Amino acid sequence: MYKYDQYDQAMVDARVEEFRDQARRRLEGRLTEDQFKPLRLMNGLYLQLHAYMLRVAIPYGTLDSRQMHALADIADKYDRGYGHFTTRQNIQYNWIKLEDAADILADLAKVEMHAIQTSGNCIRNISSDHFAGAAADEVVDPRPYAELLRQWSSFHPEFSYLPRKFKIAVIASEKDRAAMRLHDIGINIVTNDVGEPGAAFYVGGGMGRTPMIAPCINSFVPLDQLVTYAEACLRVYNRHGRRDNKYKARIKILVHELGAEEYTRQVEAEFAHLLDQGVEPPLAELERIKGYFEDPLFETAADSQIDRIDPDFALWIDRNTVAHKADGYVSAVISLKPVGGIPGDATAEQMRLMADLAKDYSFDELRVMHTQNIVLPHVRKADLHALWTALDAAGLGSPNLDTVEDIIACPGLDYCSLANARSIPVAQKISERFAQTGKTATLGELKLKISGCINACGHHHAGHIGILGVDRKGVENYQLLLGGSEAEDVSLAKITGPGFDENGIVDAVETVTTVYERERADGERFLDTYRRIGMNPFKEALYG
Amino acid sequence: MRLLTGNDLKTGAVTWWTGAEWSIHIEDAADVTGGEEEIARREESARRVNVPYAVDADIHDGSPRPSHIKERVRALGPTVRPDLTLKPADPEIGNWVI
Ligand code: SF4
Repeated sequence: MYKYDQYDQAMVDARVEEFRDQARRRLEGRLTEDQFKPLRLMNGLYLQLHAYMLRVAIPYGTLDSRQMHALADIADKYDRGYGHFTTRQNIQYNWIKLEDAADILADLAKVEMHAIQTSGNCIRNISSDHFAGAAADEVVDPRPYAELLRQWSSFHPEFSYLPRKFKIAVIASEKDRAAMRLHDIGINIVTNDVGEPGAAFYVGGGMGRTPMIAPCINSFVPLDQLVTYAEACLRVYNRHGRRDNKYKARIKILVHELGAEEYTRQVEAEFAHLLDQGVEPPLAELERIKGYFEDPLFETAADSQIDRIDPDFALWIDRNTVAHKADGYVSAVISLKPVGGIPGDATAEQMRLMADLAKDYSFDELRVMHTQNIVLPHVRKADLHALWTALDAAGLGSPNLDTVEDIIACPGLDYCSLANARSIPVAQKISERFAQTGKTATLGELKLKISGCINACGHHHAGHIGILGVDRKGVENYQLLLGGSEAEDVSLAKITGPGFDENGIVDAVETVTTVYERERADGERFLDTYRRIGMNPFKEALYG
Repeated sequence: MRLLTGNDLKTGAVTWWTGAEWSIHIEDAADVTGGEEEIARREESARRVNVPYAVDADIHDGSPRPSHIKERVRALGPTVRPDLTLKPADPEIGNWVI
């Protein structure tokens, strides 16, 4: 894992003190809210429905047990004993006091964490594959490149006031586990014909009001020009992005309006201009960063046998563990989606337990998934039973990865000031309904995603089944969408028709799964069946 | 009726103008019809409250109840965490919000 050097630490420490002074001036009345708001947002501090909310960055979703312990301590000391893991691999605290905010940032800085650039029109937390460094199918570990981009983008003077927020994801495998093409820039590290690694750049994707899938604008940028190429992409956007209209200010609109070809032409021209400007960090810096992401010392003769005699354990193994590049190891997914629970929430005790289990069984590493679960990336198969036993006892052993119970849900109207409708109760009711009917396992992979407003933090456009909360004359209403995917078979979901009330949407989800069960061919997922038979059979079942 | 609400500057807690001070309990909220702008201006500059604004409400069982669900969620707390709401013991409270 990456460790701060003196510069990283000095930057973060200086920012804490700067914010401490800003917060003090606000509390003393020397700054108005209008003056203070952009300053607090630069430090991840929002004002939400019930209190201030602090969003803490977890770079590319990677953290160690010391950091997870610190997150738990913050939940206990300054919040109400829990935190919410988000779809951008961050954590949010919902009950923060302004008077405590600088102390929290100081506590975070002690464990090499911060909340910088988790809000505002800047480059946000760089996200990545939650199985990076463990996945059997990756070309390289994408995290050193994500870290390089994190350093480049932190306090980048030219990109601190972009037309709108800017999100980058970096992956390095054919399988897309990071919704890469639904980011402002998605980078996929690939190999060329002679086996050299390079970066494919996808630019102009996103969800929100106008969902778009990013087109590939360059299929192979040499890795020693990665930062320069990213800089060129940002420069063209910064120059021409629609600052006149908030709703048209994201890069996806620019790429769409210019056309991918013209945008690419401008990026290539800028890139050619930048190539001899010394933008690219020295190779030694990348090598230094890579040194932090060396494989842990995997046992070469780790026992691969798993005793499956306990059926609950066997089910969890089948559902929640994923192939690892090292023999005798797997990546284990800890579900934060108990039936009827709040997706992505974890109590301080659960965080501490996950931290301790990471130390005992996963070389001290954890990952946050954009699907709001936690990964222990490197677990010996021989340790799985002990791990599962501990998780299960703490309510963290739900065997439901990628099933209809593994729902992404944004905070919605229960917490978020931008929301139109509540997301969490809908997720709770759906997971309860399917657990009750016992259909979860037979439905197989079924990704259900819920947003409480058009901003799409719950990725509803990318759900096999998506749900969007809308406000219909002050009453919550829910639109149903089908056919989205954020994986390598990326697609945008389409609305079925008129919306439903809170109970109606739960019934509607059940109805579409019934159509799937009736129509599915051998081996087809819900998404495959939808793509084969189209929207009509589903519409007919829903609306007659 | 109109209620004046905002978030406490220091704690961020949702507060309601009672006619004399701020309270976290919506039952204490006073009708500010006509006076909302002046009170909001005065209270914001006194640094007691952050971004105060007025909302529509009516009387329900003798107490003010905001017209919009968002304000009712603000008044009470997250519907999915009854243990964290202002009235964790009241089994009927969900009906007040929805
Ligand atoms: S999608 Fe809307 S309601 Fe949900 S967290 Fe984002 S802004 Fe809030």
